[in-house]
Amino acid sequence: MEALSETTPQASAGAALPLLRIDAVGKRFGGFTAVDDLSLDIKAGEFFALLGPSGCGKTTLLRMLAGFEMPESGRILLNGEDVASMPPHRRPVNMMFQSYALFPHLNVRDNIAFGLRRAGVSRVEINARVAELVALVRLEGLEKRRPEQLSGGQRQRVALARAVARRPRLLLLDEPLAALDKKLRDSTQRELLALQRKLGLTFIVVTHDQDEAMTLADRIGVMNAGRLVQVATPRQLYEEPRSRWVAEFVGDINIVEGRIEARDAGRLRVTTQGAGVLTALAPRGFGDVADVCVAIRPEKIRLSQRAPADNSGASTINRLEGTIADVNYLGSASSYTIALDGGATLRASLANAARVNADAYAVGQRVTAWFSPDDCVVLDR
Amino acid sequence: MSARNIFTRPARLAAIAPYGWMVLFFLVPFGFVLKLSLSQVANAQPPYLPVFDLGAGWQALVAAVSALSLDNFRLLLSDNLYLSSGLRSLTVAATATALLLAIGYPIAYAMSRLPRRWQPLAMILVIVPFWTSFLIRVYAWINILQHDGLLNQVLLTLHIVSEPVVWLSTDTAMYIGMVYSYLPFMILPLYATLSKLDPALLEAAADLGASPLQSFWRVTLPLSLPGIRAGALLCFIPLVGEFVIPDLLAGSDSLMIGQTLWLEFFTNRDWPVAAATAVMLLAILLLPLVIYDRFQRRQMVRS
Repeated sequence: MEALSETTPQASAGAALPLLRIDAVGKRFGGFTAVDDLSLDIKAGEFFALLGPSGCGKTTLLRMLAGFEMPESGRILLNGEDVASMPPHRRPVNMMFQSYALFPHLNVRDNIAFGLRRAGVSRVEINARVAELVALVRLEGLEKRRPEQLSGGQRQRVALARAVARRPRLLLLDEPLAALDKKLRDSTQRELLALQRKLGLTFIVVTHDQDEAMTLADRIGVMNAGRLVQVATPRQLYEEPRSRWVAEFVGDINIVEGRIEARDAGRLRVTTQGAGVLTALAPRGFGDVADVCVAIRPEKIRLSQRAPADNSGASTINRLEGTIADVNYLGSASSYTIALDGGATLRASLANAARVNADAYAVGQRVTAWFSPDDCVVLDR
Repeated sequence: MSARNIFTRPARLAAIAPYGWMVLFFLVPFGFVLKLSLSQVANAQPPYLPVFDLGAGWQALVAAVSALSLDNFRLLLSDNLYLSSGLRSLTVAATATALLLAIGYPIAYAMSRLPRRWQPLAMILVIVPFWTSFLIRVYAWINILQHDGLLNQVLLTLHIVSEPVVWLSTDTAMYIGMVYSYLPFMILPLYATLSKLDPALLEAAADLGASPLQSFWRVTLPLSLPGIRAGALLCFIPLVGEFVIPDLLAGSDSLMIGQTLWLEFFTNRDWPVAAATAVMLLAILLLPLVIYDRFQRRQMVRS
């Protein structure tokens, strides 16, 4: 293990292969397909998040990487070596469990040292490494405590220290922050990121919490029904969703269905049900379909009491008339529901930039909702 | 609500109930036995002296109390029979408990690894022998183990032995009977702790590089220690005083303390010595319990 962790992945596997290649992996439980012919490459040093609703297969995929489940088909190449049928205790991969799975009969020190002892590391080195890890996760003075005598946040840190103790090439994290309360989660997120950068490890985190995935990950793989539906950076995922499902799953979004009436100069004109005619940026590589939906994020919509003047000429800005139907004050922003005259409902989110609520809109007030064609995403229905 | 109000009157009564039970059905009878153990055998009805007669006045009562003596205990310590039967009881019970653990642990472990829906069935199968009388089951073993019994027939048919083996009236037969009879008491507490073991802990051990054997040794076994302790106590304590199994299945050349007690009481009609034997037995049995209690308390203090 020592020798392995000192050679860089690139050197031992050749430049062509990524650290981890998941190649057409499939897994069924009875009649249920948990993971369906899934392929994915992960580079060394990457922080990758698998995001999806519960039952989408993300945990099964993670457990196959750890070795707790055997794939029925496909290969899992770690540094070019197929580990798909290798038992978990031989894999140079470690996992941090959702429940932490700390050994209740061992104290903090022995929990962290467990993996090092199994690897046959000398006593002197174990002592040094454990001290280093304890300092890394700020658990000094708690070495002799048992898991039941620790707080949730402390347990999480023990689990993390134990998982990185063997310096795995790949660290798997199953919902690492799910058991923590909101305040602690934010600070732990930052710590996790700092730790990953410091140790230069490759992290794969499974989560159902999109804020967590957005904050932590370099790239996010969105899973649904055993398949990866989109793999992208957090920004791409949010601003350029490739399907209606992803657009609706990640963040909040307004979607209106319609038909493409005209295409010119990179603009599409879409006649919608309930929101009139909208102008939208034509997406690249969009096929020859007529039935589409137009998606727009609530924070991209602006409101005003009078229609804004359009300086750039004929109708490049989308303007929709309507009435405020509901207002939700959320602190940093307010969420407005607008019943459009055309019949559709739109949600707009406006930052509460000023403390005095001068420009807030009230229920029943007439407004114009307006947004740029560049902010519209046209998607296949 | 203040802390004082937690113990309302009905709750206090309920807390007293188990103590009342212990006093009435353990402490008071034990007082009788203790008094009997300090008396002398007599050719009378009842067959011992002195007899406390509250109607005979204060003087008679004082005389009766001063007539009590430790003579029976001196006899127990001076006569080899009692010491050797006590020692044999301890070694037999310890050996049987070790055998029970060796056989019961794999069974309990396998049960806890069964799919959840099969576990209740396995549990019933472990308990089902209790539906037949204990005595009948021990007699059934006599039948199996005797000269032309089932076991010898099977062994002869399979040509494992060329002539019938003497099983009955040996220590082997006694251990077979003991292991068979006490197995559920070993399996159930072991199963209870093993089935509570979080499977994620074993996955974590494997993930950290422990082979299946190491996972068992470093995780499963230490975490099942409470079950091992409970099962061992549940078997060891009644086994020390066991009378029926050694009497029916073992030879008569060495006795367990339960058999000695029986002899004193029914054959010799020496109630006081029998009572003294019973007190000694209790002392022997209390010792491991006190040690166990100390051990557990120290562990609680530590954590």
